[in-house]
Formats: sequence, C-alpha cells, structure tokens
Amino acid sequence: MRDFLIKLSKIERRYIYLALFLALTLPLIFPPNFPQKMSPTVKSVFEFIDTLPPGSHVLLSADYDASVLPEVDPMYRAVLKHCILRGVIPVGMTLYPQGAVLALDAFKEAEEYLGARRDTDYVFLGYQAGFQAVILGIGENIKNVFPKDYFGTPIDSIPAMRGVKNYKDIALVISFSGSSVPVTWVIYAYSKYHQKVAAAVTAVSAADFYPYIQTGQFVGMLAGMKGAAEYEYAVRKIMKDKGIEKLPPAKAVKGMDANSIGHLLIMLFIIIGNLGYFASKRRK
Amino acid sequence: MIWIYLIINLLGNAPPRVFDVPNDGGNALMLEWQLPPDSLGKVDSMLILRKTLPEGKVDTITKVFINHPEFVDEGVNYKKAYQYSILYFIGPVQIHSEWSPPTKPVASWIDTRKIPLFILMILYTTILLVYIFTARKGRELYLRPIAGLEAVDEAVGRATEMGRPIVYVPGLSSISDVATIAALNILAHITKKAGEYETKIIVPVRDPVVYTVAREVVREAYYTIGRPDLFDPGQVYFATDSQFGYAAHVSALMTREKSATNFFMGMFWAESLILAETGASTGAIQVAGTDAVTQLPFFVVTCDYTLIGEELYAASAYLSKEPLLTASIKGQDQMKLLIMVVMILLSLLSVFGVNITLGLF
Amino acid sequence: MFQRRIPLIIVFITGVLMSIQYFIPHPISQSAYNIALTWFRGVASMAYAIAVISFVRHHSRRLKQPQNRFYSAVALLAFLFMCIAGFGFGIGEGTVFYKMYLNVQVPLQATTFSLLAFYMASAAYRAFRVKGFEATLLLITAFIVMFGVTTIGNYIPFIPRLTEWLMAVPNLASKRGILIGVGLGMISTSLKIILGIERNWLGG
Repeated sequence: MRDFLIKLSKIERRYIYLALFLALTLPLIFPPNFPQKMSPTVKSVFEFIDTLPPGSHVLLSADYDASVLPEVDPMYRAVLKHCILRGVIPVGMTLYPQGAVLALDAFKEAEEYLGARRDTDYVFLGYQAGFQAVILGIGENIKNVFPKDYFGTPIDSIPAMRGVKNYKDIALVISFSGSSVPVTWVIYAYSKYHQKVAAAVTAVSAADFYPYIQTGQFVGMLAGMKGAAEYEYAVRKIMKDKGIEKLPPAKAVKGMDANSIGHLLIMLFIIIGNLGYFASKRRK
Repeated sequence: MIWIYLIINLLGNAPPRVFDVPNDGGNALMLEWQLPPDSLGKVDSMLILRKTLPEGKVDTITKVFINHPEFVDEGVNYKKAYQYSILYFIGPVQIHSEWSPPTKPVASWIDTRKIPLFILMILYTTILLVYIFTARKGRELYLRPIAGLEAVDEAVGRATEMGRPIVYVPGLSSISDVATIAALNILAHITKKAGEYETKIIVPVRDPVVYTVAREVVREAYYTIGRPDLFDPGQVYFATDSQFGYAAHVSALMTREKSATNFFMGMFWAESLILAETGASTGAIQVAGTDAVTQLPFFVVTCDYTLIGEELYAASAYLSKEPLLTASIKGQDQMKLLIMVVMILLSLLSVFGVNITLGLF
Repeated sequence: MFQRRIPLIIVFITGVLMSIQYFIPHPISQSAYNIALTWFRGVASMAYAIAVISFVRHHSRRLKQPQNRFYSAVALLAFLFMCIAGFGFGIGEGTVFYKMYLNVQVPLQATTFSLLAFYMASAAYRAFRVKGFEATLLLITAFIVMFGVTTIGNYIPFIPRLTEWLMAVPNLASKRGILIGVGLGMISTSLKIILGIERNWLGG
C-alpha cells in the first residue's frame, strides 16, 4: 500500500494534465448539471427581485465590456429573464459604449425564449456618456438623461415607462461590471437618493465589494462565474416550472460544472501527493 | 394663477452665482442658483447659457436638474471671462434669468489639496537623505538576510558548473514601471557576476525601450569588469510585445537551452505561472522578484526563492553593499515604522469612537 | 565623463521638475507634462524600430543553426507576411491583417492563456505538502477557498461565509500591507535614481 501511494505521488506531469483536460472538457460536452445552491449574497438579490410586485421596475446597468464577458454576461441574461418571468420590468442601460451591444443581445435572447415584448415587457435605453452625471440625472428625472430609448422611441410614449420618473419609481439598480463602477452607483444613487443597489461583478474584484454588503450599501452581490451559475440555475428552474420547454444555453452552469470538477480533481491530486509524501516519510 | 405667479417670480430671479473652482488649471467655474420653493415640479427643464467675453459668443452648456442646483463648467479658459444665465422652460414659456457678472477662472499655481502629500514627500525624502548622509560618514548599517539574494551567487555558480546558460527575464512592463528599473539594476549585478565566471546570460525582452536599456546595461556591465569581449549582441534581444507570445517564447527558450538558472525580476501578469512552471519542469534553479501582489503566490509556489514586493527594490542595495544604497533601505524602514505607528494609533482611537484622518486624506 | 554625467544631469532635472509638476495645476505645468509625454511617445516609437531590427537580426542569425532554423524561419516569414499584409492592404476590418489577427493570433493567445489551468494543477500538486505548521495552514486555507468557489461549497454550511471572510479580511489585509511596502520602495528607488545614487541602470 505504501509503495503504491509513493508511486502514485510521483505520477508524471502529463498524466495530471490529461486527467485535468478530461475533467474540464467532458462536463462541457456532457453537462452533469449539478444543482447550484445559492450562496447568501446571491440569494439576497434573487429574493429581492422574486418578491417584487409585478409591474415594478429594476434598472439593469450593463457596465461591462467583452473582456469580462464569460463571467458577467450570463449574470445579466439570468437576472433579465428572472425579472421578465416575475412580471417585473427590466430597464436596460449602460455607462460603457461596448455594454450597449452586449446588453442588446441579452434582450434579444429574452425575446426569443420568453416571448418578451419591447416597450411592454422590457425597456432598453442604451448608452449614455457621463457616469456620475447620468446616475445623478436619473435621480431627478430619467427623461432628462434618456429622452429616447436605444431605438429612438420617446420615453413618454413607452408603455412600460409610464409612471417612472426617477429612483423613487425604481425598486432596484443592479450594476454589472468588471471594474469599480458599482461603487459609483453607491456613492451617487444610494448615498444621495437612497436607491437600493446591487452588484454583479467578476470573481477577482468581488473581494473589494464585501465591505459594501456588510454595511448594507449593496442589497447583495453576484460574484464571478459561481454567482452567475447559481442565478442561472435558479432562473432555469423557474422556466421549467412555468412549462417553458425551450431553454437558453446554460453557459455559466456548464462552465461552473467544469470549474468545480477541475477544482475537485486538483484537490484530489493534492491529497494523493500528501499521502505519498507521508508514506515516503514513514519509510525513512 | 400659479403659473403667472411662478413666471413673475422667475422673471425677477437672480442670475446664478459663479465661483472659481480652486486648485485647478483655470479650466472650471462653479455655478449655484436657487429656485423659488414652489417651482419644484412645475419647471420642466432648465438650460445653462454661457457668454464668452470679450467676443460675446453665447453657448448652451447643458440641461440641469432641479433638485441639484449646482453645476461645474469645465470648458472654460483662464485667459477669458465668462457670464452665465439660466433659461427656464415652463410649458411653452421660456424665461431667461439675468446674466451673472463677468468672472474669470483662476489658474492655481499650487494645488492646496496636495499639500499634505507634499509634506509627507518632503518628510520621507528628508529621512532618506539623513540616512544617506549618515552612511557617508562610514557608519555601517545592518540589513536582514534575504534568502533570494543570498542565493544569487549559488544560482550563478550552478550555471557555471553545469555549463548551461542563465535566462534573465526583466519583467513584461515598460521602462516607466519602477519594478522594471529595479530589475535592470539587478541585471547589471548578475551580468557582472556571470561575466566573472564567463557564464552566458540570455535576456529576452518584451518592451522595445526596455530592450535598448537592457542591452546597454549588459554591455556596460561587461565593460566594468574588464571583459567587453564577452558581450554578444544576440544575448539581449527583443522577443515580441505580445504577452502570451512572449511567455511562449521564453518557455521554449528555457526548454531548448536547458538553462540552469532562471531569474524572473520585474512586473508580471497572468503569464508568470507559465514561465515559472516551465522553468521548474526543466530542473532549473529559479529566483523571482515582483511587486505584483497577484502573481506572488505563483512565484512562491514554483520558484526556489522569491523576493516579495519591496525586497525587489532592496535587491540592488543588497547585492552591491554600497553604503548609500543600504542607507536608503534603512530610511525606507523608518518611514514604514512611522506609518505603522500612525495606523495603530488611529485604529485604537477609532475603537473609542475618535475618527481623525489628521486632515491628510 | 559625458557618457555618464549627461544622462545623470538629464535624469536629475527632469525628475525634480516632474515631481514638482504634480503639485502645480497651472496650464503651463500641464503643457510641460504633455510635452514630456509626447517626447516619451516619440522615443518609444523609435525604440520599436530598433526592437524590430533586433528581432530580425536575432532570427536571421538563428537560421544558421540547424536546431533553431525551422522556428526562426516561421517567425521571419510570419513577420514579413504581416508587414506586407498590413502596409499593403491596410489593417481595418475585413483585411487580411485583421483576419489573421482574429483567427490566428487571438486563438493562439487564448490557448497559451489556457495552459495556466494545467500549470496551476501541477504547481498545486507539487506545492501543497504538509511539511510544517505554516504549510498545513496554507493547505487547509487553500482547501476551504477551493471548496468555497465550487458548487459543492454551498452545501457545506460554514464554507461560503468562511471563504468570504478569508478573502475579505486576511487576504485583503496582507495585500494592503505588501502594497504599502511596495509604494515606499517605489518612492525610494525613484529618488535614488533621480539623485544619481542608483546608477546601475546606466550599466554599472
């Protein structure tokens, strides 16, 4: 047994690489669809939207670009679908020029899979330059900042925007970002107008935002591919419960499955390495 | 009736108050105004107008928001004067306030917000200079041993014994990064050491400016030890400026040349693990040093010795043992001690509810 | 004398001026800064020309070595092809240059990036050994965080909160501590170079 453990711990690098290659690619081809249990910060955002009365408005700000697409884009798509499924009106916008194209694609996917109708079930305002000027301006009158939506329709004539003037009429703002833009929302929207804000960020930047959750400045946070997978999984469950047969691709869940199996494999190799190490120590 | 009252009120409304924004280059003016209290919700929108003097040209600056009665105009020039007025829209009616008195933005010579920083800079410089002058008097200063730097001799010696080259990677950043300069300082030392043993050192570089400097550093290092003949123009070369292209090239270099020693000094990003792990797989002894906090764990795991953060900057002093350089490290330590004491004091005070930043930040 | 004195004088004057410039918001100071930046960009552009010459020379020399001939030939041919494609037919969307970039360089970069996953595995396998107290602590922490970032972690009651605490408290604190030291080291190194105390960048 001892010799076996020692031999196992000296396994050649190429076999480790082969095992990892299989562990990462097979789940992408044959997705195991592990059940994704929600972590507390993601649950806070999910339950907030889930308990909103139908007809409420949620502002989804796509403040990201293509470089963080794999982590943040699935979050945007999942939250957007969740809103539509619960009868909440998602109002899309972005402070990043590239974000407009990415967010638009997410709304198109919602049209395809949920039959969402523009201007009735969702609104897409598009990009507006100015960062804090935009955030402050929405606090006064959203019409001043976005007189027309992305498609050129005047805000006043959009049925879904009826009765929405400023943050008082918006239940939640979620900033989807790969940088520190959510903090800008906290500084200008939360501090000045007491608007509820949540963040959806990459795993790398998530550590910087935990203090804001602890102080209550963020309602909750979706962090990295894990956060995206948890939310996506929950939204797909709602879609199945509602009898929707055609489901969108589960990019985050698939990615997270591969990620989880890869991590477990690495942990297994570490344990094997240590067992072999102890066995060889004992021998001496 | 209310509208007429409002219109009358606004007609008599004073122009916005205009102030110079302090601590800038004279390119901003701040406007403040006050609406009659009962105008809230009745005024549809407002426009700010700006008149440039002496030309008299009038521009529309922006739409403004009622509950946010201030605005900073950052499109002005300190050589001209400006007047402002507000245009109110109430339904179909437009009402123009009076023009403000001419105001000229002032270009500041000193940014007073940065004075605390300036004082700290002077304090730190003074501490460093005091130690440097003390060193000139011949006083010996102790530096704690740093394993990675003590191992440089061993690493170079290993390459000499094995008859294999040393690969030195001066980081992937540009010359404006202080870590790159620190890496080039260490390169000079290692080149001299390697030159003494006639060991080949290969320096693939990612940045063109760093390449030109590294080439001169290596050439001068050989000249200093009296061995200009050892310099081979091909040993310091520009590989590519693509991040992963460079990582692939250096990995291939380490594998092909079977280098005995690898040095990774400077600024690294995601490619750090690729470089270090490939080097480890060839059996080379590896010494790394970076101030990139996110890459330190990878170097610690894969390299034999790692210089963490400021140890990279201390390396030059450590290797040369020059009193002036050593003294600067001591000065650095004293400043760090001062920062630690202030941090502990302020933390203790905040525990008792006393929150002061000394007006510094 | 001039080879070393003149660069040191230039460094001293520009170093002091640029340090003071930071505290002066006046447009004259800003235009001095812009001039310095423009000069730097000009020097960097010229350095590219020298770097390209070095690249071509390096690989031309290696064409004579049988073991390196093939790789250097590929490097030179690729370089020539992209130069001709770029200068001859433009670099905009739809051009050969753009297509080669999108379909060759970007996937190659992504592939090299993805090697990190494998190297991470072999590095972790080698590094996380229970050799002492600190190594054991590192191993336990690593396991907690690895569980915390996977799906399974959410099913273990204390793992998500513990992971969050580890990332937000000790990890962030040590990162900030290192950054303080790095900041001071940067200032010290810069000062030594400006004052001419550190001269190794000149070549020893």
